[in-house]
Amino acid sequence: MIALSGLTKEFPGGVRALDGLDLEIADGEFVALLGPSGCGKTTLLRTIAGLEIPTSGRIRIDGTDVTSAPPGKRDVAMVFQDYALFPHMDVTANIAYPLRIRKVPRARREARAAETAARLSLSELLTRRPGQLSGGQQQRVALARAVACHPKAFLFDEPLSNLDARLRLEARTFLKRLQRELGVTTVFVTHDQGEALALADRIAVMSAGRFTQVGTPSEVFRRPANTFTAAFIGSTPMNLLPGTVGDGVLRVAGAVLPRPGGVPDGPIVYGVRPEYMDLSPTPREDAFAGKVAVVENLGAAHLVTLESGARLVQVVVPEGEEPASGTAAWAVPRPDRALVYRDDRLVFPLPAPDGAGSPASGGGGLPASDGNGPPAAGGDGRPAAGGDAR
Amino acid sequence: MDDLIKYAPDLLAGFLENVKLSLICAVLALVLGTILVSMRVAPTPVLRAAGSMYVNVVRNTPLTLVLAFSSLGLSDTMGLSFSETPRTNSFWLVVFGLSAYTATFVCEALRAGINTVPLGQAEAARAIGLTFFQSLRMIILPQAFRTVVAPLGSVIIAMIKNTTVAIAGGYLMESAFVMRDTFDDTGVSIPIFIGLVIAFMVVTLPVGFLTNRLASRLAVAR
Repeated sequence: MIALSGLTKEFPGGVRALDGLDLEIADGEFVALLGPSGCGKTTLLRTIAGLEIPTSGRIRIDGTDVTSAPPGKRDVAMVFQDYALFPHMDVTANIAYPLRIRKVPRARREARAAETAARLSLSELLTRRPGQLSGGQQQRVALARAVACHPKAFLFDEPLSNLDARLRLEARTFLKRLQRELGVTTVFVTHDQGEALALADRIAVMSAGRFTQVGTPSEVFRRPANTFTAAFIGSTPMNLLPGTVGDGVLRVAGAVLPRPGGVPDGPIVYGVRPEYMDLSPTPREDAFAGKVAVVENLGAAHLVTLESGARLVQVVVPEGEEPASGTAAWAVPRPDRALVYRDDRLVFPLPAPDGAGSPASGGGGLPASDGNGPPAAGGDGRPAAGGDAR
Repeated sequence: MDDLIKYAPDLLAGFLENVKLSLICAVLALVLGTILVSMRVAPTPVLRAAGSMYVNVVRNTPLTLVLAFSSLGLSDTMGLSFSETPRTNSFWLVVFGLSAYTATFVCEALRAGINTVPLGQAEAARAIGLTFFQSLRMIILPQAFRTVVAPLGSVIIAMIKNTTVAIAGGYLMESAFVMRDTFDDTGVSIPIFIGLVIAFMVVTLPVGFLTNRLASRLAVAR
């Protein structure tokens, strides 16, 4: 288990990269640190690895305080974005190198390297140098180097970002399977929300050195705790429109919608994903009226951008149903998928009374029972989170 | 031409002294240069300051002054002595001065090589648990050396030719001094000049050729 408490990192010059982070990562859990560039996710990973020393706060790994332990004494293995393989050593030497540092006898470490290489389909490449390998192979050697030392935790710093798009999908599946088989606690840094949704048991969304939400992929996807998370998660950006609750209805961008239960009168921000809207060719009261400005082909679907007054509303429509550019259209949000924010907090739908999947804003949420328990909200067939056309 | 043939044995004996100086100084300069560069990139400010001060002072002092200081300053005045025999003593004083001088150039060539090694390499080494000097020795320097084999070749070639100013350190056996000595008897002899030039080229050309080949063979593919 990795436990962070009050972790703060301030760089010289006053930049606060980490701002009082609390998080507990259970044994065998796969946690993704997700956020835009500069949000502190890589700094957090490097702090866990011991490459950065926190300004304050503590890091415990399996109960041992490692806050000031050097990187080699933490029993974690890091995989770098650019792999950082040693170019002057062959694949075997690269994989076995951390073992050599730990004084594992030569025969044992070579056996371990060969065994790990076989598991990652690298057996044919053991005598090659990193420069003679393809990007995907280099990535697997980097993984093998981490796997071979049987660490307590893997720390991955965007290990898939240097692969081309197709290879990235393969490597992603491979990585998830490997992590399941080995059952090693994993922290994975990414700026790709699809990668985080696909891989992680839990996602910690970060912004400006803080966690904006920590939760399972479906929690984070279905019930983003604030508008930042809402806008960041999802393969198409969520529509976030200002509106007001009053007179028993919700008015937003020209549409009159049923009043969300339990939300007092006043201004709100209405959020709905483009995937959860339908396009109607005829006027409706519960729809955003607009003119089709752009139609983007996503493959199995189309992303339609409507100009609704001064606002843009995006809708995903199935293949073959896309409207012509310039025509009038009405975007109808599905009421069971609507999110209502007030003061940048989710006020509707509220968490299910049994407390399953409370959005842990600010971090510190204990891991949900497992990564598969869908939250109570919604209830129908789960959307293929992150598996949308991308 | 007759002069060259007549004095060939003396000149050859002198030239062998140049070769001897070169071999010893090359080894010492490489070792000392590596130690210097380790200091210059060390995380300890004191080591860094000492390293860069040494390089800046010695590299910017003319070699003849370095050698003169070794023999007149260190040996005659301050009593540094390698041997009772004056000849042997001055030989090692020249070795001392020339190695100390060449090491600064080795250091700077290596430092350029270290700068070509991506920062991630040092990070990866640190993440694995290597100390600074372990990662320098096993990860950084092996890669740095490979990228600067050719420039190091130039440094060594310059050093081989610099053995001809050994007289500034009081060592009177090497070929350039022998040559001037023979000129006292024969007058200036162009063939002797050319003969010595060829002798040096026989040594330095292969050094350049070999280091170039080694450079392309060892080049680190990333």
